Amino acid sequence: MNAITTERLTKRFGAFTAVDNLSFEVKRGEIFGFLGANGAGKTTAIRVLCGLSKPTSGRAEVAGFDVATHPERVKRHIGYMSQRFSLYEDLTVRENIRLYAGIYGIPTAEIRTKSDALLRRLEFGDWRDRLVRVLPQGWRQKLAFSVAIFHEPAVVFLDEPTGGVDPLTRRQFWELIYQAADRGITIFVTTHYMDEAEYCNRVSIMVDGRIEALDSPRRLKEQRGAATMDEVFRQLARGARRT
Amino acid sequence: MKNSPALATFIAFARKEFHHIFRDRRTIMILLVMPVLQIILFGFAITTEVRHVKVGLLDPLPDQATRRVADRLLASDYFDLARVLHTPDAVEQALRRGEIDLALIFEPHFHRHLHGPARLQLVVDASDPNTSALFTAYARRVITDAALEIAPPVAPVITTETRLLHNPAARAAYNFVPGVMGLILMLICAMMTSISIVREKETGTMEIILVSPARPLMIIAAKILPYLLLSCVNLATILLLAVHVLGVPVAGSLFWLVAVSLLFIIVSLAIGIFVSTLARNQVTAMLVSGMVLMMPVVLLSGLIFPIEGMPAFLRWLSALIPARWYISAVKRLMIEGAPVAFIAREALALACTGAVLVLLSVKNFKNRLA
Repeated sequence: MNAITTERLTKRFGAFTAVDNLSFEVKRGEIFGFLGANGAGKTTAIRVLCGLSKPTSGRAEVAGFDVATHPERVKRHIGYMSQRFSLYEDLTVRENIRLYAGIYGIPTAEIRTKSDALLRRLEFGDWRDRLVRVLPQGWRQKLAFSVAIFHEPAVVFLDEPTGGVDPLTRRQFWELIYQAADRGITIFVTTHYMDEAEYCNRVSIMVDGRIEALDSPRRLKEQRGAATMDEVFRQLARGARRT
Repeated sequence: MKNSPALATFIAFARKEFHHIFRDRRTIMILLVMPVLQIILFGFAITTEVRHVKVGLLDPLPDQATRRVADRLLASDYFDLARVLHTPDAVEQALRRGEIDLALIFEPHFHRHLHGPARLQLVVDASDPNTSALFTAYARRVITDAALEIAPPVAPVITTETRLLHNPAARAAYNFVPGVMGLILMLICAMMTSISIVREKETGTMEIILVSPARPLMIIAAKILPYLLLSCVNLATILLLAVHVLGVPVAGSLFWLVAVSLLFIIVSLAIGIFVSTLARNQVTAMLVSGMVLMMPVVLLSGLIFPIEGMPAFLRWLSALIPARWYISAVKRLMIEGAPVAFIAREALALACTGAVLVLLSVKNFKNRLA
């Protein structure tokens, strides 16, 4: 079964077509890179897939539910992490976990055992009862991701999760992503870092609201005779009319 | 827990809101101490009451009658003798320099004219019209009383007696306690709610919540609960201070006073939510609720300037301000002791405003998601 299926998915705002006829499939447990320059329509597409925004035409299924007709069910089975740091800084590590887990309706006892296990695995030690405000950047990012998948969603959407993060932390962050994918969670990730695109199983590149290329990083590079994903991206983005 | 998931979500969220409020020491202090300070400031320091009016006395030929009239006037707390003057020019100068607020001028041979027209003149510094009108009226009453005593009329004369109902001592507290109630509740509910919702938009946590299965209505409910409780604490504080420290009685039904206050709190919360659907950042939210909402409350709600004295346009504008209706309802219930039927108009106005605001907020919220 596919984690995400879209058929001719389109979103217009007045005369402006932000997302234009997207048709693609993402398999369960896949790490899917969703690339594109700023303004290419990535964020709009993600909003539609998360059930925040209704498609103008076409359809999309996420975790087996139609985003237009059953957004509430879709929301139950996805996780989301944005480029902006989205934990509450004036709550402690544990309180943040408890809040988000509570929002997804996980029973209190289960939250406790699961969060203890999680914090041990992440080696949070003494940080667990400190305010998130004082956490180092890398730790915050790891925590934000762990919170986003705490309820074991079928798909997790990561919208530029590593924006403004140093390379070492990004590396550690991707290890968490691999672990989650191994557990069967589908990863749908956007990024500006082309080295990160290389870590994905498959990558789509959006230009002006349309998907211009979709394949594994290796095949994309072969097809275009490029040495890096960065080159592939540049070749495609050159044709963009929107900036 | 056997609770339904929706309830569990609500509790998780409401708990978080309490954490936000109580972790922010400065804000919580302001929220709890502000009403106390306002009441004390208005009650003791800032006062529009007439007290210690400086009187200048011009009595060219003092006699028994003039002395008795002057003594009667100066015996009260309200008037103090500041200067004894001797010429009309001196009166004008003293008034101009602000050495006196009121000049009491007797005509020469006042005593002899007692049964004819005995004339005395009051010259008043009316730069503050509200206060001067108050103390002039009071001075006239004292003088009339004194004159009737000194020279009882031979023929029956018609005298008017004014009784100040509901507020016999013309105490300002009776006017500002309802005003402060309106102001504080509005400030806490509208401003704090809008800021706390907009803050989540700014930090990005709102996005996460919108993507979660939590229902927007439930999130809003969980968000306003702490402010609702806080407002109730403030309401209790203000009422207790008003009754026990300022001696303003609750003349009418306490039950209905609390009920109409809750209605106003809900309307203010709705204003906060509405503002939050418009504002993009905390500064805007604060300015909108601070300036756009507070200024009209202060200026147009009748707290400082009486609504009856406003031009028609402003009167009409003030009808749109929920605090105006609330303050008027509190005055009726608390000060005048009117039965609840007499505030039906106010209650209806508040309920309608609340309903409109909730509808507008929901519409704005949905538009943003479409």
